[in-house]
Parts: sequence; C-alpha cells; structure tokens
Amino acid sequence: MSGFEYILQQVINAVSLGSLYALVAVGLSIVFGVLKLTNFAHGDVMMVGAFTTVLLIGIGMPFVPAVICGILGAALAGFLIERIAYRPIRNAPDVTRLLTSLAVTYILENFGILVFTSSPKNFPLPAVLNDSWQLLDGAITFTNINILTLVLTFVSLIGLGWFITRTTLGLGMRAASEDMAAAQLVGLDVNKLIVVAFVVASGFAGLAGVLWAAQAGVIQPQMGFTPLLKAFVAAIIGGFGSIAGALVGGFMLGALEIFIVAFLPDAITPYRDAIVFSLLIAFLLFRPGGLLQPNREIKL
Amino acid sequence: MIARLIIGAIVLALLAGVAFGAPSLMSDYFVRILLIIALNAIFVLSLSLSNGFTGVFSLGHVGFIGAGAYLSGILSLTVAQKASLLPHLPTFLNWFSLPFLPATLVAGCFTALLAIIVGYPLMRLSGYFVSVATMGFLIIVNVVLINASDFTRGARTFTGVPLDTSLPWVFGWLAITLFVLWRLVYSPFGRRMKAVRDDTIAASAIGISMLNTRLTAFAIGAFFAGVGGSLYAHYLGSFSPVTFYFAMTMNLIAMLVLGGMGSLSGAVIGVVCVSLLSELLRSVERGFTIGDITVPALFGASQIVLGFIFILIMIFRPKGIMGERELTFGLFKRSAKSEIKQGVL
Repeated sequence: MSGFEYILQQVINAVSLGSLYALVAVGLSIVFGVLKLTNFAHGDVMMVGAFTTVLLIGIGMPFVPAVICGILGAALAGFLIERIAYRPIRNAPDVTRLLTSLAVTYILENFGILVFTSSPKNFPLPAVLNDSWQLLDGAITFTNINILTLVLTFVSLIGLGWFITRTTLGLGMRAASEDMAAAQLVGLDVNKLIVVAFVVASGFAGLAGVLWAAQAGVIQPQMGFTPLLKAFVAAIIGGFGSIAGALVGGFMLGALEIFIVAFLPDAITPYRDAIVFSLLIAFLLFRPGGLLQPNREIKL
Repeated sequence: MIARLIIGAIVLALLAGVAFGAPSLMSDYFVRILLIIALNAIFVLSLSLSNGFTGVFSLGHVGFIGAGAYLSGILSLTVAQKASLLPHLPTFLNWFSLPFLPATLVAGCFTALLAIIVGYPLMRLSGYFVSVATMGFLIIVNVVLINASDFTRGARTFTGVPLDTSLPWVFGWLAITLFVLWRLVYSPFGRRMKAVRDDTIAASAIGISMLNTRLTAFAIGAFFAGVGGSLYAHYLGSFSPVTFYFAMTMNLIAMLVLGGMGSLSGAVIGVVCVSLLSELLRSVERGFTIGDITVPALFGASQIVLGFIFILIMIFRPKGIMGERELTFGLFKRSAKSEIKQGVL
C-alpha cells in the first residue's frame, strides 16, 4: 500500500470519527450556550436513543422508523431531564448544576443496567449498511454506514443551521445564549427556549447514539460515556457554547486521534487519550474560549 | 481546658477501644463496614479541603487516591513478588520492600508533590473549568495506570499487596486527618481558603494569593488522598485501574455533598449516611421474600435511589445536611459560632 493511499484511508477514518464527535459536541454546546450547564447526562441521552431504536427493531419495526423513534425518544428524555432535574436548580451556582447533571447520569446509567443488564447487546444493523466499498484495488475501504454517518451529520447540521438562523425559535435560542437577561427583557419566553434547546440537543444526542452504536455494532448502558468525554474535549477546543466551534472541534479531534494512532510510534499510541485530555487542559488554561471565540470573556 | 483535655482523652480512648476491640466483639461483616466507613471518611475529608472549603470543585481527587494506592502497592511488594509480578520494574525500585507505614508516607508525599505539579497550572481555573480540567487529570492518570504496565501490570489486576490495613491503622489515620484538617480549616489559613472560595476578587484585593491558597489546600488534600489510597491498597490486596475511576469519584462526591461541603463533621456524617444507606439498599437489591411476595434481585437499584436522593438534596438543601455548621459536642472552641459566643471574634 502506497503512502498516499494510506493517508487517504486515514483521512476517511478521521472524517468518519470526527463527524460523530461533532454530532455529540453540537448537542453539548447548544445546552451549554443557553444554560451554561456542562451536561454530563448528554451521553446517557445517546444511550436512550440507541436502546429505544434497538428495542423497536426488536419488536419488528423497520430500521428507518425505528431510528426516527429513537431520536424522538432521546428528545423526550432530554425534555423530561430538563423539567425534572435541571429546571429547579436553574439559578443555582455552577457546581450545584454540574453535580445535578452527574446525578442524572448516575441514575440513567444504573437504570439502563437495571433494565438491560450491563452486558453488551448486538445492534441489528441492516445488512445493506454493512456493505463495504473497496477503492483503488482494495487499498481504501469504507462501509455504507460510514457514508450514512457523514450524510446524516451534514444533513442534520445544515438543518440546525437553518433552524438557528432562519426561524424565530432558533434566533431566540441564540439570543438567549448570548444574554439570557436581555433576551428576557425583550420579551422572549426563556422557559420555552430552554426547553427547545434541550429537545434539539437531545435529538442530536439520540442520532449520535444510534450512529455510534451502528458503527460499534453493540450497545450497553455505559456506551455514552466515552463519546461524551471526547465531545467535551471537542466542544472546548472549538469554543464551548458555539455550535460552529463544536463542529470544528469535533472534526479536529477526530483527525487528531486517527493521526496519533496512524502516524506516531507504537509506544505512544496507547497514550492517545492522555494526549487528548492534556490538550483539553491546555486549551482550558491558555485559550478557554476555544479556537473560535478567542476574545470571549471568561469569568474566573 | 483540663476538662476539655479529659473529654478528648476519653473520646480517643473510646475510639481506640472500638478500633482494637471491634474485631473480637463484632462479626467480620460489621468490622468491614466500619473499616470502609473510616476509609471513606479519610477520602471525603481530604476531598472537602479543595471542593468544600476552597471552592475548587475537583473531579480528579480519585486520581490521587489511585496514584497513592499503586505507588504504595509497588513499594510494599516483597522483592521476590516484584521479580515475578513486575519483571520490568526499573532497578531503583526492585531491590527493596518497604513496610506499611513508610510506604504510606511515601505515597502521601508523592501525591502531594503530584498535586503541586498538576495544581500549579490548574488552580488558576475556576467554576466548571476546573472541574472539567481535573476530570481530564483523572482520565490521564487512568490511561497512564493502564499503559505503564512495567509498573502497574496494566489493565490486569495488581495483586500481592500485603493485607496490612486493620481497624487501628485506619482509625489512627482518620484521627490524624481530622486533627490536621480541623486545625487547618479553623486557622487563619482556613479563613483565607474560605475568602478565596466566597469572593476571589475581594480576597485578592486584600492581598490573599488565590493560587497559593488553592494550591496548598489541593496539595494537603492530595497528601491524605495518597495516604488513604495506600490504606485502601493494603485493604484490598488486589485492584486494577478501574477501581480508581468515575464510580469511586461519584460515590465520594455524593458523600461530600450529602454531608455538607463546608463542614468537617458534615463530611463524616455524609460518609456514614451514604455508606449505611448503600449497604442497606444493597441487601434489598439482592432480592428478598416477604410472606408470599418474592422481590427479585434488582441490580443497580441502590444507585438509582442514591441518585434521586442526590438530586433532591441539590434542589431542596444544596448545602447538605450540615451546611457550614460543625458538630463539636462542646469539645473544641474552634467553631465560628462558639468563637462569637465567647467574644473571640
């Protein structure tokens, strides 16, 4: 295999992984933008989406409607989490809200274990999505699920772009994330906007959960944890709270991880996550606004 | 003063009596619960220093516990065990074996040093930034523990640590931890910590160095975390990197928050409540029979209940059971309230 083809294959892998990170990070950023809340439960909403989809396929629903229902299920979970856990503590200090989201994580994960046990289950992916494409005499391989992930990522992100720039609700959401008090003063219904933000973010989590599970091939109650941590890094690299930042951060992180594994010596490769989280700490220290918001004021 | 000394001596004697007498009086099960409670009290007290009193909400504390546990474990393996379990250990570590106490002290000093190195950059951050950054630290520690297999056997179980931890050891270290933290928290330095927590800008304006104060609290907390980690290692005998990860973090934070983040006695009360509650729930969780009704085993149910209690506390009593108050039984005059009463303040 020539160097060029090897690099091209890695680029494909990076884009595929990066689009998943971007999907998760976008949801985190929407919530953080509006509520200034680091939502640890986001990963578990992914889990809810994936499990709903698998359950519905299990009772005989076709794949596409099951995925849509999975996304709706995740959105519903997000709605309920906001209403039950986050609304009562909306004006509490940062730490209280962070802890509450940790508690929600704890409950959802253990609920998953209670109902589904912690052993992994197969994700029933339709065979057509597992078909692989071989280009350049088999030097480059990718499957239909890679393509689908990429397509769905872009379609949903374009949809989100349209939503936040062209609709009243979306514009209101951006206004609320810019300045909650001012948004309230000009007569926006902040409660409604926060609910919308949560539902949209959780829908994204549901989609990301299904795609993540489809690529991994298995689901289990703690499946949302790793992508959540990575999405934190992605969102902070890009600029926490900025949707464009989450996108940039997601793809950059995907690229970084793939290139660490592909091009660095084998002795370093196992330390990939250590490198990634060192990068997170470095960004928090030297550029807390991320790449896209270099001048944002950070309250210390 | 003399009366207080006498009461103090009686309390110490009582604790010592429990520590030495319990194993012969109680079943192994209760001794184990008592030991775990005391051990968790050391963890949560050391956590309260940064998270409660200084306002730096660290999610990386378990990283120090894990580092302390592994270091102390490596130091106390016998030379023969080192040769068979850790054949690639560098020569400066493989020719000796330390007894329990020195290994514990070395572990504590190492984690304190680690905290200074890590904290020097991280303690500049605040709010959720410091939480996320310290969480990053925890993950990095975990990755290093898994991959530095020459030292830690990697993801496999680290085993063979002598089972030295007994009730007197844990109670002794708990007494030392409580004493040191009590002196620290209710000293001028303690007031500096709370000033930094309550209003960083105002504290800086009157000349309190935010970084030094936070770093000192972080390092002292890490010292006792390392000590506790060593005790835990010598209690478990064998453990793996996943022992010191998010599940443990969540457990310690739940205890701290339930008890109250600005109170040492609150931290201990939180530990006792959560430990007893989860022990109780765990026995329910295994399933039981009342009359004709059989309740099946519900794994994970205890954590769900704990999670809901946690959320309710966050909503209705965010300061925890004790808040900023202390239970002193009139033993010490060092709570702010009695200082006001006695006209010291």
